[in-house]
Amino acid sequence: MGAPLIGARIPRKEDYRFLTGAGQYTDDVTLPRQTYAAFVRSPHAHAKIKSVNTAKAKGAPGVLGVYTGEEIAAAKLGGLPCGWLITDVNGQPMKEPPYPVIAQGKVRHVGERVAVVVAETQEQARDAAELVQVDYEVLQAVADGRLARAKGAPQLHDIAPDNTCYVWALGDKAAVDAAFAKAAHVTKLDFVNNRLIPNAIEPRAANGSYSRADDSYTLYVSSQNPHVERLLMTAFVMGLPEHKVRVVAPDVGGGFGSKIYLYGEDVVVTWASKQLGRPVKWTADRSESYVSDAHGRDHHTIAELAMDKDGKFLAMRVKTTANVGAYLSTFASCIPTILYATLLAGQYTTPVIHAEVTAVFTNTAPVDAYRGAGRPEATYVVERLVETAAREMKMDPAEIRRKNFIRSFPYQTPVALLYDTGNYDATMDAAQKLADVAGYAARKKASEAKGKLRGLGYAAYIEACGIAPSAVAGSLGARAGLYEAGEVRVHPTGTVTVFTGSHSHGQGHETTFAQVVADRLGLPVENVDIVHGDTSKILFGMGTYGSRSIAVGGTAIVKALDKIIAKGKKIAAHLLEASESDIEYANGEFKVAGTDKKKMFGEVAFAAYVPHNYPHDKLEPGLNENAFYDPSNFTFPAGTYVCEVEVDPETGVVKIERWSAVDDFGKIINPMIVEGQVHGGLAQGIGQAMTEGAKYDSHGQLVTGSFMDYCIPRADDLPSFQVDTRETPCTHNPLGVKGCGEAGAIGAPAALINAITDALGVKDIPMPATPQTVWRALQQKKAA
Amino acid sequence: MEQALDTTLTVNGQSVTRRIPARMNLVDFLREELGLTGSHVGCEHGVCGACTVRVNGEIVRGCLMLAVQADGCAVETIEGLSDSGELAKLQKAFHEKNALQCGFCTPGMLLAARDLLKRNPKPDREQIRAHISGNYCRCTGYQAIVDAIEEVVAHG
Amino acid sequence: MIPAAFDYHAPRSVADAIKLLGQLGPEAKLLAGGHSLLPMMKLRFAQPAHLVDLGRIAELRGISQVGNEIRIGAMTTEHELLSSKLLAEKAPLLVEGAGWIADPQVRYKGTIGGDISHGDPANDHPALMIALDASFVLTGPKGERVVKADGYFLGLYSTQLAADEILTQIRIPVPAAGSGWSYQKLKRKTGDFATAATAVMLQMKGKSVAKAAIGLTNAGPTVLKAREAEAYLAGKEINDASLNEAARLAMKICNPTPDQRGDADYKRAMCGEMTRRALQAAHARAKA
Repeated sequence: MGAPLIGARIPRKEDYRFLTGAGQYTDDVTLPRQTYAAFVRSPHAHAKIKSVNTAKAKGAPGVLGVYTGEEIAAAKLGGLPCGWLITDVNGQPMKEPPYPVIAQGKVRHVGERVAVVVAETQEQARDAAELVQVDYEVLQAVADGRLARAKGAPQLHDIAPDNTCYVWALGDKAAVDAAFAKAAHVTKLDFVNNRLIPNAIEPRAANGSYSRADDSYTLYVSSQNPHVERLLMTAFVMGLPEHKVRVVAPDVGGGFGSKIYLYGEDVVVTWASKQLGRPVKWTADRSESYVSDAHGRDHHTIAELAMDKDGKFLAMRVKTTANVGAYLSTFASCIPTILYATLLAGQYTTPVIHAEVTAVFTNTAPVDAYRGAGRPEATYVVERLVETAAREMKMDPAEIRRKNFIRSFPYQTPVALLYDTGNYDATMDAAQKLADVAGYAARKKASEAKGKLRGLGYAAYIEACGIAPSAVAGSLGARAGLYEAGEVRVHPTGTVTVFTGSHSHGQGHETTFAQVVADRLGLPVENVDIVHGDTSKILFGMGTYGSRSIAVGGTAIVKALDKIIAKGKKIAAHLLEASESDIEYANGEFKVAGTDKKKMFGEVAFAAYVPHNYPHDKLEPGLNENAFYDPSNFTFPAGTYVCEVEVDPETGVVKIERWSAVDDFGKIINPMIVEGQVHGGLAQGIGQAMTEGAKYDSHGQLVTGSFMDYCIPRADDLPSFQVDTRETPCTHNPLGVKGCGEAGAIGAPAALINAITDALGVKDIPMPATPQTVWRALQQKKAA
Repeated sequence: MEQALDTTLTVNGQSVTRRIPARMNLVDFLREELGLTGSHVGCEHGVCGACTVRVNGEIVRGCLMLAVQADGCAVETIEGLSDSGELAKLQKAFHEKNALQCGFCTPGMLLAARDLLKRNPKPDREQIRAHISGNYCRCTGYQAIVDAIEEVVAHG
Repeated sequence: MIPAAFDYHAPRSVADAIKLLGQLGPEAKLLAGGHSLLPMMKLRFAQPAHLVDLGRIAELRGISQVGNEIRIGAMTTEHELLSSKLLAEKAPLLVEGAGWIADPQVRYKGTIGGDISHGDPANDHPALMIALDASFVLTGPKGERVVKADGYFLGLYSTQLAADEILTQIRIPVPAAGSGWSYQKLKRKTGDFATAATAVMLQMKGKSVAKAAIGLTNAGPTVLKAREAEAYLAGKEINDASLNEAARLAMKICNPTPDQRGDADYKRAMCGEMTRRALQAAHARAKA
């Protein structure tokens, strides 16, 4: 056997097609007799629809069908469901207003679907969409979550008074209040975690087709979880038999959360394909993406940290208003609660924590999970508080963290999670070394000599990944299980195809999973292919989000592999005329222990499919196994990021001079892929802190609705990152893995804002800290 | 009646004549009419660079050029430049350095990188970053892409 | 995004283009590089019935020196400006400025004439033209007229170019030997328009300024010529005091539109800062 495959920097198996333009994304799929859909969207944030006149559009060249909310209602298509029920502080269920696939009677955000035109060509569909006449009665709008509950605020939904979806809390309030009462010092911050727009470079797309032959549908869709999409669409919206719908998520050009959800467009093209008897394709243009993809973050938080005189944390109190937008998207309700408040312990032994979260409806696009989903918001709260506390207490920011690190595992936090393992000193030590913190003072001096300001900031983050134990999730309101499924199909010649319910849209599953399989089976990695993204091929799947693929999906595959090996041993025992208990499997060989009698993996596979000499009385032919894996706990990746910036005080321009990241992802399968995930996450976290931010004006118009106005980082905006890892294997999955996809986005914003505020000598600065914001902070400081 | 114009261009070395609606973008023509779906459409307003193709030796945004403007031009796409081997070194380096994730920006990124190396065979990291700054990547943080291009600069 | 339907015309000569413009009337738009017009058409903010593509007119391209004047065809691309040896030697400000425009791909298509004709104060060439004291050749049915850059820009998207005219050529007097130059631009990211930017040409005589020309990008509804600052600098030495005063005078005439790049205060302050930096850099390059 060659070098070990676990931990190997194997270049990705999937690269060839992407490097040569042979990838197949949803918009690349054009079906015979293809038609094209264009949506008419609301230009208003809040309005009554008095009438929709489609006559002109229907008569336009090439138009095959025009549908409004009326037709959708007549067809008895249900609303889009929310997958997580939150129970509020009074024990009442959250308010779940109907979320129609096409607006009915009222629009509640700019970009909401009002009608759809299907035509022979994209051009004709777009032209005809311009001819749909909608008569609106414009209503007052509210876009800012902080104003949603104000007296006299416009009301979005009849069933949600005061625009309140829920008020939810976690933790022991009395104990927290008591701890604050005796604190030597309290650090308090009041800030907004800015709304973000995910901006996968591939816009959302969907292509539905109906087959009269067997009354079935196929939907090609740019999705992170085709099975969930199918389940929600068939069971909750369209009332179709699940087995009559095939959902294919082919190559997907990035998701970052925004492609987890079931969207109205997906339902409409599927439904319309039956009405017209022809496939219907819709691909978002970027303007549509901005106003109709689910957004992320958008919290307003007041957070306090109580300490004793030595900087030991006594308690934390957090009050957050989460803007969920106009409707509840698929997972919207659990993001600012289950995935947020539970992470407020961070890496620290803070004994008591109380969080209260109020989710409000506003006239903005729905907000749901975006890379990190709740955990970046939590990390931002904790790490901004801790850094600010250190400054106020005149303590070294690394020391105050060390003073409070959790060191004994398993550790039960006061906010429900049980950390299985971790070593926060290890990542902090390594990060400080990598960042050359020792040399910082000299670098700061050099900057000052040039008239520049230099700052250094830390973030020591933790996240809960590997979502999730279904029973735990269920008790918290999840309406679905959160296991993963895998199937290992050994072919007669001994090559292997693995089917996984995880979906890869950049994460490199086709390589990482193949490494796991090839390693376990002792086969060359070339002999293993991974298949994902098609409900007709894969038995089931919950999809890819929450950094769960390797921890949950990978483990499901391992469990199936165990079954393959167990069956292989039985077959080998028969072939080798030995006792099954004497068969060992290693390096691709079934061996009789202590002898040189052996059968190669391929020979056993062949025997399974050509069972001439086979224990038919005990075994079925064939070598194909599947497994479902439901994790027993979350995994807890953690790490420390150190950011060093130089600020030009005259312009407010911030340059990231150094970025050092040390993560603990548990066991690492492919370090090169992991580094790529960290880099990408950091880029998005830096984007949040420095350049990105969705802005709605007071009328609910999105003023950052294009790539020109919403600045995602470009190649010349980012530094080269220094990344490293430390490893404490996860204790409860066989691979010891934790997940790595979101870490960068979770830890980066706090590190960067900590560095910028350090450079400026100010307590806080809003995100994104654009040059104008930084300059303004300096002007205010000068004036004060 | 919408105007369409007889247009003859060379695409990846092959002459193509089609009657093309005046308003059709070059990248839509390549994708829809010729099935060359390797050039992607990410923003359609000239910012993301996913639609980058080469016209008469210069890289352009396929979404901001009308197909009829390409009359008489030599158009090259990721498919043609892969087949000709012109991108082979970059493709190898992108593969080895993990310079792609979802792959959507990759064809445009490769064309931008090749354009740089054609004009400046020895760029430094900053020049590399500057030259690919017209191409968005939302996955990699650009670092591995810069590494890959640097690899070709160093080792050919 | 798909623009509304239009008819496309690709004349081969300026004369044909002007004839077409006359025939088609106000429903026609000129297409240069297309990187401002086509996005607006795709968003259906603009819906011209006719596009007259100037891309096929060979006489509209090229850079040459005629006497003491540099002549640049209006359809010359930013990339061609960037790679011009003549410009690098005689008018390096234009090369530096072109390098700040958009990104490499856009620079292969974007043209100097399109950038100027659009009349957008956020475009970079207008300020460069002001600093270089350029003139524009406008060709119409009645022939050519030559107008100075100073005075050409009338307001937002509004210039002296008449509906039946085409900007055909840019003429720049070769700057005096030893002139210093600089274009300083603050932007949020590659491809963005300037938060503020300043173009400076500076002639020194001994330690004193003989002549300063200053153009301000995106500082008002149209490009601004910082006349007071120019006049103030004449005869002055370049030092902190004079730089600050020149910057103050430049800021005084600013009337920037608040947007995502900044509010008016910030943009005005940045105009001052870019002016200071551009003067400083030009001074460092100038030879007395």
